[in-house]
Amino acid sequence: MLKKLMMAAAFSVATTAALTSMASAGSHAKCGIEKGRVNVLGNEFPAIQTVMAGAAECASDGVTVTSNLTKEHRDLQVSALTANPAEYTSAIVANSSIVPLLNDGLIRPLDDLVAKYGQGLKKNQLITIDGKIMAVAFMANAQHLMYRKDILEKAGVAVPTTYEEVVAAAKAIKEKGLMDYPLSGTYKTGWNLGEEFVNMYTGVGGDMFKPGKAELSINNENGIKALNMMKELTSYMNPDFLTFDSNAAAAEWEAGNVAIMNMWGSRAGPITDNEGSTPEVVSATMMSGAPTVAGGSTPATTLWWDGFTISKNISDEDAEATFVALMNGVRPEVLNDETSSLAVWLIDGFKPGPTAAGVFASANAGAVPYPMLPFGGLLHTAAGDELSDFLQGKESAEQALSDIEAAYNTAAKEKGFLK
Amino acid sequence: MPHRTFFWFILPSALAMLLFIALPIVSVLMQSLYTEHEQVVREVESCSVFNCTTQLMVDNEATEKLYDEAPLGRFVGLSNYFNRAHLATTEVAEAWNTSAGLSDFFSNIYNLPFYRALAFTLSYTFIVTPLVIILGFTIAVAVNTLSSALKGPVIFFTLLPMIVTPLVGSLILFWMIDARGIIGASLQWMFDNPDLSLKASSGLTWIMLFVYGVWHSAPFAFVVFYAGLQTVPQDTLESAMIDGATRWERIRYVIIPYLAPLMVFVALIQLMDNFRVFEPLVSFNAGAHATSLSIIIYNDMNQDTKLLNSAATTSMLTVLGVAILLTPVLIRTWRDFNRK
Repeated sequence: MLKKLMMAAAFSVATTAALTSMASAGSHAKCGIEKGRVNVLGNEFPAIQTVMAGAAECASDGVTVTSNLTKEHRDLQVSALTANPAEYTSAIVANSSIVPLLNDGLIRPLDDLVAKYGQGLKKNQLITIDGKIMAVAFMANAQHLMYRKDILEKAGVAVPTTYEEVVAAAKAIKEKGLMDYPLSGTYKTGWNLGEEFVNMYTGVGGDMFKPGKAELSINNENGIKALNMMKELTSYMNPDFLTFDSNAAAAEWEAGNVAIMNMWGSRAGPITDNEGSTPEVVSATMMSGAPTVAGGSTPATTLWWDGFTISKNISDEDAEATFVALMNGVRPEVLNDETSSLAVWLIDGFKPGPTAAGVFASANAGAVPYPMLPFGGLLHTAAGDELSDFLQGKESAEQALSDIEAAYNTAAKEKGFLK
Repeated sequence: MPHRTFFWFILPSALAMLLFIALPIVSVLMQSLYTEHEQVVREVESCSVFNCTTQLMVDNEATEKLYDEAPLGRFVGLSNYFNRAHLATTEVAEAWNTSAGLSDFFSNIYNLPFYRALAFTLSYTFIVTPLVIILGFTIAVAVNTLSSALKGPVIFFTLLPMIVTPLVGSLILFWMIDARGIIGASLQWMFDNPDLSLKASSGLTWIMLFVYGVWHSAPFAFVVFYAGLQTVPQDTLESAMIDGATRWERIRYVIIPYLAPLMVFVALIQLMDNFRVFEPLVSFNAGAHATSLSIIIYNDMNQDTKLLNSAATTSMLTVLGVAILLTPVLIRTWRDFNRK
């Protein structure tokens, strides 16, 4: 099996290598840097590719700019940045994936670099921890409602603003025979399902952890309300919902099989482009803020940011070159008609189009950020693994919550967060 | 062979095994006996794009100091093996004491991640292995009777499932069994049930994984048996024919006994491989219905906060499981060897 795993790894490296942008040398100093090594590790989606293309413009005789943009970035980052010198001079991270880097102290404070080169940055782009700037955010993301205007009109329902209304709308659509499974979502067992739980629990209200402690506080009435709503939603979903990640859910949407779903804002652009779907679906697809649930006022979603960090275990020269190159990738001139629709950019001068409406509506309605807690990932994993039995009707909500708690406690004890 | 020659002959591979197999296993064993140090956390102010909050963060300097003193973490003995994520002794004892009946007890046990994975892993191993041997043998006997012009192409096509990368092969099957895929849609039509979904039912998912396992591994058994068939002594077969043995009797009393050592070999390899079933579960997105020991290890390593010690513990339990599985076969081989 080891052999097969290694082959799979080699395969994924080979495919990402094909996407690696290797800037050719042969020109003189650009972006004001003479020398240095820039090698960026990051997730793979169009917005990050845009940033990397901007950074690659800084390549010259003395400056090499390479990148490895891959879905497996989270698995690589800790080992790659622990090495000294680090393989990558920068890791592009999000709220959750910055945590392991912070836990192990693998990224450097950026205060001096920001003071020197970061004049164009807005204050909210600076991710500050304990008074030190640790990352520079360039885009925001959140799961929010995506709906089919035509189907809702045919069913005679208004755009839902609460999950109770989503259920009612789904019922109306099903009863009128418009669709068999009007709802969808990213409910695949594992990370996706964990994210749905975090979203829903946030909407019901209350903290997931006891204040100032690593102890869970989800095994309560709020948890049961969140789980029951998730189950009600899944009863209007395609029975395969536990296998749906965002790719599968987006494909279902583009095929015209779904009327309402809670979906990542970063998918709004690709879904409403003119590829992979019919004009009928594309023209009727609308974005709105994430719904609230159980009478709460906070939208049942979490806000995410993506930003870049600079490795600790590299020379100051490389760090400076990397910072300058990436700043070149997030400068206002990067935004044009095409790149603007790729993400909700935090870059100065970004004009939100229709695809950004959902993220903005959610943020304006008071959605909270996904927590950057050192033990947050353990809850996420426990929820993602333990909820599928409940959603299949094999166990009660109470049992599911105590399973999550037990799984979390075991993991947190091993990591040293709980005694 | 003189002992001296044998020693030099085996030395390179023994060294490689020591370096790449024995030492890593010792290292994994060590890791399974430790957990991480208690985290030193403190409250700090953190500001992100959306707001500022006071929250807990790991104190890197204090943590680093702990790891300088004891790089492996805290020694906890076997407690990793007995916690809820592994053998879960406390939970099993509690289930035994509180369960209403045997079926209640088993459903409580099945709720624990390790036993859930073990249940699927063992079912997969003991269902797929014999089926692979039977199917591989049947194909080998069938192909062996073909005319030589047909043999080449038929062997090539029979080997295809093994040539296709497991991840890709299972992904193709995953799409085919989708409700809108060719197999999924045909099944819906055959059973006249538009809601039938192979991906939504645990039982059907298990069957689908077994079918995939047999499809993927049968060519291996086929190749081995086919090679073996070429060496079956023709004299014995002819004398059996003169004695009036039917085709079935020739297979039963000549070919199968002759190929028995090969069957033991295939069984050994398949038991080891199937006990570590992994790729199909990933490609089939089967996490909700079936997990295996390898999947638990993968999930421990494949998250933001990696659980290295837990993964090491599951790895050791897997090694132990393979050892237990192989013992009967190895004892048999040893006896056969001594008899000669």
